[in-house]
Amino acid sequence: MSLLSVTDLTCRHGLLTAVRGIGFTLERGETLCIIGANGAGKTTLMRTLAGAHVPAGGRIALAGRDITAERAFERVRSGISMSPEGRRLFADMTVAENLRVAAENGRAGGWDMDRVLGAFPQLQPLLDVPAGRLSGGQRQAVAIGRALLSNPDVILLDEVSLGLSPAAIEGLYQSLSAIRESGEMGIVLVEQDLTRALGFADRVLCMAEGRSELQGPPADFTRAQITAAYFGIHDDEARHA
Amino acid sequence: MLDTFFQALVQGTLLGGYYAIIAVGLSLMVGVVRFINLAHGDLAVLGALLTLALIQGAGLPVLAAIMVMLPLMAALGWFMHQTLFERAMRGGFLLPILVTIGLGAALQNGMFGIWGSNTRSLGADIGTLSWAGWSLPGGIIVGQLPVIIFVTAVLVIGALHLVLKKTRLGRAIRATAADPEAAEMCGVDARRAHRAAAAIAVALAALAGVFLAMRGQVTPYSGPAQLIFAFEAVVIGGIGSIWGTLIGGIILGVSQALGGLISNQASLLTGHLVFVAALIWRLGRSWAADHGGWRASVRAALAARGLRRNARRTGDLP
Repeated sequence: MSLLSVTDLTCRHGLLTAVRGIGFTLERGETLCIIGANGAGKTTLMRTLAGAHVPAGGRIALAGRDITAERAFERVRSGISMSPEGRRLFADMTVAENLRVAAENGRAGGWDMDRVLGAFPQLQPLLDVPAGRLSGGQRQAVAIGRALLSNPDVILLDEVSLGLSPAAIEGLYQSLSAIRESGEMGIVLVEQDLTRALGFADRVLCMAEGRSELQGPPADFTRAQITAAYFGIHDDEARHA
Repeated sequence: MLDTFFQALVQGTLLGGYYAIIAVGLSLMVGVVRFINLAHGDLAVLGALLTLALIQGAGLPVLAAIMVMLPLMAALGWFMHQTLFERAMRGGFLLPILVTIGLGAALQNGMFGIWGSNTRSLGADIGTLSWAGWSLPGGIIVGQLPVIIFVTAVLVIGALHLVLKKTRLGRAIRATAADPEAAEMCGVDARRAHRAAAAIAVALAALAGVFLAMRGQVTPYSGPAQLIFAFEAVVIGGIGSIWGTLIGGIILGVSQALGGLISNQASLLTGHLVFVAALIWRLGRSWAADHGGWRASVRAALAARGLRRNARRTGDLP
């Protein structure tokens, strides 16, 4: 039984179908990287996995238990937490308060405040600073720390490196590598940087226009195959071109 | 003359305590739930009449009646939010306004049906407290009840501040106020946090209603006027700011008291004028912030005016 099992998931925004019949599985300790152009449906898929968007069809199961109908806070308690696109920190609350909200309302487990501050030492001197005053990299660290403090089985990281400096991205991925090495959870990551995504993921899922165009270990695909899938170019289209 | 001025200043400040108590619940609802409850004043009156019923009907002492009434009103707030307000909020911005106007009308007519239209007061039930006062140097006299109400306002707002800042529930409420969806992604049940805020707001409105009935008289139709005072205090003090409601209440109370020195009619009018001035100032500040500050926005407005005038002169504009 897989840790996370997504079957034939379809999501709509009104008349627009943003995710069409996506399915995948994720094991504990595994990293799945979702890639795709803007508008491919990555964020809608992540929001649906987190419980922030109600799917139009399909099934989401965590360790065999159907959680499709659960709301976001119930999924956190079931074991899925998310660092959302745009970080979504509580700007008027301090870094410590942001972290405590997650620690107090999530699950108990190995991730506590000390461990999060160990994973993201740059947050230690900022605990009393309002989150609205942080830099992009610091905000991302708080957002991931908040997700970790829920002690998830599956952590969803949406657009991790978006808007960050190269140095901040490097530091962030070093912290993420340590989390991955611990093998405590499955990681679903949305990343715009293809090279970094392919280097970090155990498996990659490439989306275009809401569909899964390609799925498997990065080593199984050539760069040309991935690029074609990224832009939703099918073989027959490529031939005609 | 100076004595009268200081007397008005003190009386107005103490009156601000009452306005702060009725406003703080409204501010909490607007700041946390993003919901304007137009039945807030009617709920205050319901709290007062319920307390009267518990004292005069069930024979409870005043303090015991208040202690019984407050959790009942908090439960009513929770229940109303769960069954009524949550559904109304899903129907766009207009529906909550219509629903709470309807709720206010229903409460007024319900209270009229149960208790009749006679004016009622808790003055007789609190003995000498309703009129007893202290003489201060300079010939200033302060009523004991207004002082108690003011001190209660400071304690209530201080306690609310501590709850929001130092407790798990408070942090959940503040997180939900900032971003309900992000709060849910941290494991907070946002609907539950909203219901808790509604429960606190209605209980505080009811407490204000009790003080209103102690200070004077209430009828089933006293609510809308109290809503206006609460709204004015919230706007003057800054929407969503807990301590701001105390400052807003004091400014409103002092304005009314100083206006009362001119004439009885000028008392309320002065309060309303200060509210309008505060509203214009806040809107202006918000507009200036959107345009890079006061100086930049005034400079831009003048430049645009100059450009328009030049264009009109040269015939580029009709």
